Amino acid sequence: MKPFALKNRHHGLKEQIIHFCLISAATVSILTTFGVLFSILFEAIEFFQMRSFWYFITGTEWSPGVDDSKFGAVPIFAGTFMITLIAMAVAVPIGLGSAIFLSEYASDFLRDKLKPLLEILAGIPTVVYGFFAAITVAPAIVNFFDSLGIHASFNSALASGIVMGIMIIPVISSLSDDVIRAVPDSQRKASLALGMTQGETISSIVLPSALPGIISAIILGLSKALGETMIVVMAAGLRPNLSWNPLEDMTTVTVRIVDALVGDNEFNSPDTLSAFALGLVLFVVTLILNIISISLIRKFKEKYKVNTL
Amino acid sequence: MSNYSGSQASNPFYDPSLNKRHFKAKAFKSFSIAAIIFSISFLIFFLGDMVYKGLPAFQQSYIQIEVTYTEKTIAFTRKAIDRKYRKVVSRAWLRDIPKRVKANPELLGTTQMTWVLLNHQVDQYLKGHYYKVKAKDLKLIQAMQEQGKIELHFNKIFFTHGDSKIPENSGFKSAVVGSILTLLVTMVVAFPLGVMTAVYLEEFAEDNRWTQLVEVNINNLAAIPSILFGLLGLAVFIALFGMPRSSPLVGGLTLALMTLPIIIVSARAALRSVPDSIRQAGYGLGLTKVQVVQDHVLPLAFPGIMTGSIIGLSQAMGETAPLIIIGMIAFIPDAPSSIFESATVMPAQLFTWAGMPERAYVERTAAGIMLLISVLISLNTLAIYLRKRFEVKW
Repeated sequence: MKPFALKNRHHGLKEQIIHFCLISAATVSILTTFGVLFSILFEAIEFFQMRSFWYFITGTEWSPGVDDSKFGAVPIFAGTFMITLIAMAVAVPIGLGSAIFLSEYASDFLRDKLKPLLEILAGIPTVVYGFFAAITVAPAIVNFFDSLGIHASFNSALASGIVMGIMIIPVISSLSDDVIRAVPDSQRKASLALGMTQGETISSIVLPSALPGIISAIILGLSKALGETMIVVMAAGLRPNLSWNPLEDMTTVTVRIVDALVGDNEFNSPDTLSAFALGLVLFVVTLILNIISISLIRKFKEKYKVNTL
Repeated sequence: MSNYSGSQASNPFYDPSLNKRHFKAKAFKSFSIAAIIFSISFLIFFLGDMVYKGLPAFQQSYIQIEVTYTEKTIAFTRKAIDRKYRKVVSRAWLRDIPKRVKANPELLGTTQMTWVLLNHQVDQYLKGHYYKVKAKDLKLIQAMQEQGKIELHFNKIFFTHGDSKIPENSGFKSAVVGSILTLLVTMVVAFPLGVMTAVYLEEFAEDNRWTQLVEVNINNLAAIPSILFGLLGLAVFIALFGMPRSSPLVGGLTLALMTLPIIIVSARAALRSVPDSIRQAGYGLGLTKVQVVQDHVLPLAFPGIMTGSIIGLSQAMGETAPLIIIGMIAFIPDAPSSIFESATVMPAQLFTWAGMPERAYVERTAAGIMLLISVLISLNTLAIYLRKRFEVKW
């Protein structure tokens, strides 16, 4: 028995050290979140000491870089809202339709073939989508509306919105697919046995059951759209523009953040710090959306007792 | 009851709205089929568009003319070729004449028939794109073409050169090297941290408030827009710690924080899939908790952890926005040799090229996209292969 006793003598200390290392590693993820929050918050507070917070959220003129620079972010929020709206108009029906097909209609064979293809769509870097939007989609939109006699901008909200929508399709379809499949089969069988068609079963039994999960997927897509940067930097405009016309150029929160930080501005000037104020808004909004999304999916999981989501 | 199915009137279960309901069901199905067809056909159209735009960049036009190598032409490289060709060949090729003579001293004092790189405008003309070439030069090119003295060769420059302000001389190499250095930093930081966090949460942590805080936090971290990590990198790594701007070190650390949640989530799933009987057997033989985890649970979960890490790696490889914020879009002609030098990465190079006015950069961007997407798809295929190959059904 002696060798074992010898070997085990230092285990108490060693285990403690390893335990300590593991806890430290877990702390890093917490530090990161607070690092993101505080690094944005402190710079944003500095910005609001120089400029009025009230004008920032209600003002309609955004003109950095000039002597009497103004920082009213309403046109920027409006542009973000418009582009996100277009993106969701594309992504929700197509993403949801794809998810319904994959989970309800497709055979296992077809599903195994189609799902990896959608995953490729999800794996395409956003800079590539941005290039596609700027080089292929935007000129096509300009040409199309020109032939109708309507003027469209090369930096139209429509072009970046459509491409952003395509980017979000796999986000929505993948999570919705998982959720729809998690709805117990007994519900479908009961409905079919009562004489409902397959379409009626899906639309009035399966989808309502899966609704919390589907809404969660849509909110997740929405938060992705709000934070998306490369597509809008490459294909949308720089000009803050308060308009309802999706064919005009518009700008977004992320575009203005990039624009404020790329360049040789002084770090502590309001021009640069405005990026952090915009970043704070983005952080808070996406955080709230995210918390809603997570709590919805948790409710769904508890209701149907699934652990795979 | 042979006429049971045929006669609708005699069937007490017949519902007159049935046709309408069946039609609705069909419409619903068609809608879902249309949605998936749209998704897949977009993918095909998109990849096809990139290949169509990018494929020409893998070939570059060369012209066969006489080049004179003397002391004088090394000093004034324009004089090495006949005056009439000066407007059609590449400035970059002429600029490199002294380098070529240095590498090969026998050339000095000779005149050689050589394949000389043409400039990007002529190259675009030869590939049938929009071009700006004077009529006189165009005639010369057409004449040379008839003599078979103009050929498209494989574009080696694209793989051996860094970025350049002269389109025909620009390549992807410094971006590839920059990406490798950056991702090295990312994985060295994110992999151990991610796996350790996962091990802690799955194997050691008690279910208390602290653990719940960590869990909620990891979920949130995964959904923070990537551009905000760039703000963190700028405010903390560069402004606070004074790390060199535009360096793979800062870029790698920033991407590591973004990759962390992906690795943690997949590593936890992998650890959870190891059955408890393994752990209990270990304890039964008198092993300590650390020994059980280190020698039995981790090795069994390793393929799953690798799969998740590769997926995290491929996401980090395509990320651009945070790297732009920390300045990794600098003009980098030479590949960086350490993680402290200024560097650019593949997607950031694509972003820079996409913003260039010359048409020749469009095909280079598309070619770079082809390379990047091939690497990403291979990585994901590798991840799927690993998952299938080492998957254990308990």
